Amino acid sequence: MLLRTAWRRVATAAPAAPGPRAKAPTRGLRLRGIDLTPQSAVPSDAATALEAESVLRPLYMDVQATTPLDPRVLDAMLPYLVNYYGNPHSRTHAYGWESEAAMECARQQVASLIGADPREIIFTSGATESNNIAIKELEAAIQPDTSLVSVMTVNNEIGVKQPIKEIGQICSSRKVYFHTDAAQAVGKIPLDVNDMKIDLMSISGHKIYGPKGVGAIYIRRRPRVRVEPLQSGGGQERGMRSGTVPTPLVVGLGAACEVAQQEMKYDHKRISKLAERLIQKIMTSLPDVVMNGDPEHHYPGCINLSFAYVEGESLLMALKDVALSSGSACTSASLEPSYVLRAIGTDEDLAHSSIRFGIGRFTTEEEVDYTVEKCIHHVKRLREMSPLWEMVQDGIDLKSIKWTQH
Amino acid sequence: MAAAGVGRLRRAASALLLRAPRLPARELSAPARLYHKKVVDHYENPRNVGSLDKTSKNVGTGLVGAPACGDVMKLQIQVDEKGKIVDARFKTFGCGSAIASSSLATEWVKGKTVEEALTIKNTDIAKELCLPPVKLHCSMLAEDAIKAALADYKLKQEPKTGEAKKK
Repeated sequence: MLLRTAWRRVATAAPAAPGPRAKAPTRGLRLRGIDLTPQSAVPSDAATALEAESVLRPLYMDVQATTPLDPRVLDAMLPYLVNYYGNPHSRTHAYGWESEAAMECARQQVASLIGADPREIIFTSGATESNNIAIKELEAAIQPDTSLVSVMTVNNEIGVKQPIKEIGQICSSRKVYFHTDAAQAVGKIPLDVNDMKIDLMSISGHKIYGPKGVGAIYIRRRPRVRVEPLQSGGGQERGMRSGTVPTPLVVGLGAACEVAQQEMKYDHKRISKLAERLIQKIMTSLPDVVMNGDPEHHYPGCINLSFAYVEGESLLMALKDVALSSGSACTSASLEPSYVLRAIGTDEDLAHSSIRFGIGRFTTEEEVDYTVEKCIHHVKRLREMSPLWEMVQDGIDLKSIKWTQH
Repeated sequence: MAAAGVGRLRRAASALLLRAPRLPARELSAPARLYHKKVVDHYENPRNVGSLDKTSKNVGTGLVGAPACGDVMKLQIQVDEKGKIVDARFKTFGCGSAIASSSLATEWVKGKTVEEALTIKNTDIAKELCLPPVKLHCSMLAEDAIKAALADYKLKQEPKTGEAKKK
């Protein structure tokens, strides 16, 4: 035990912080292949690999869905993937001790991003698991009248920021637990769990330029919030989430949080500028474009625009060299349009016409300009093909028409 | 005896599989979001996009669908004195598959008589474009558009009503 504590002291003295600021990777249309066949561990023959090489990859404008790994995060993770591969719960040897030290360092990095104590951070497999743990607490209510408020901090479809501080205030005064899913907000806008009186918070690794398959849940200690574990086993993570903590993944999450804390201000400024550029260029070149969501309480990196008289999926098909997302029914597996747009009272035909542009840390001005140019060109083209646009040009009021319900 | 029967069944099944046209593996396993090149082709190289004079007696206009559903197709046909469709135009508010379905519909009705055009089925459209199951409703709407255009044309030909009411 003395040996282990000595190890921990040594390991934490040399912090596992990322190295000097690495140059952001160059973006643009790269000449790497889109390989749709499942990769096998055994290398396939050269011919098929060559065939895949000649296809260009689209620009990536869908950061709300997932983000690429920041190279600094990869740098932090690699040693734990190849060299320091011990189980962090092994107490009897150096491999375990060094992994545990890395895990605790990562925990501190996550905690400091949201103003929490490291003892309040539990690592999970992602924000979904964190949400489930938090909500399950409702079922494990100790008092009969315990209730829970659960709100998203930043919406993933329209980028609207909820008034978390005000909600936290109300919840704490009424003695109601307050959970927030901060997957899209952590590392992008300043968050403080004590200032905002948050009791439970879900964090996702792959939304903040960290690895996929890892997340965390923040669980307040004072006053204590009790949660029921979803999975039982060896009692790791204070008994709240059994299972070996994946050291390389949590190191990645920690590094991503630390990098986010450093870059938050700069990223926010740069992304706001790019977002402004995108919106201005589109709005001045095309009529009848609506931005969904409150323009004031809005995270700039998530822009949801509705192009009237043009259907969302057809625009996505036209913009085939840009990776985007839409709130249209045709793009969802259930053929239902976006519930978010419906909830904010968007007209149904505009809900079918919405496109979400995601601007992130690695998006360049060139990519934004290219996307805007293509978007304007194809919207004009699709409007020429649209009977609704034709009717509006002829002065017909679309709301007066009796449509055939299909 | 049973073994012989099973053997025959297996041989018949394998013969069927070998003789059936094999789609390349990528097309079979492609998710619905991966656009079939035929669907993309109808958007990139559009044919018959536009409008005909809807006040003309020889033009039938079909307008089907609803903006609230995200699918509206307008299909117009021009018929000569002999009852043959000589020209067709379409405009669509809808996804790529809807655009392709209506575009294909205009290609197919050209050169057919009014009766022949009624036989065009949505399943043929879906098969031609390799539409995945989730997009079959697009081909159904295209079939409805054809029928609506033909119905409008027939209505215009009736001597009593004269000019058809705008739908």
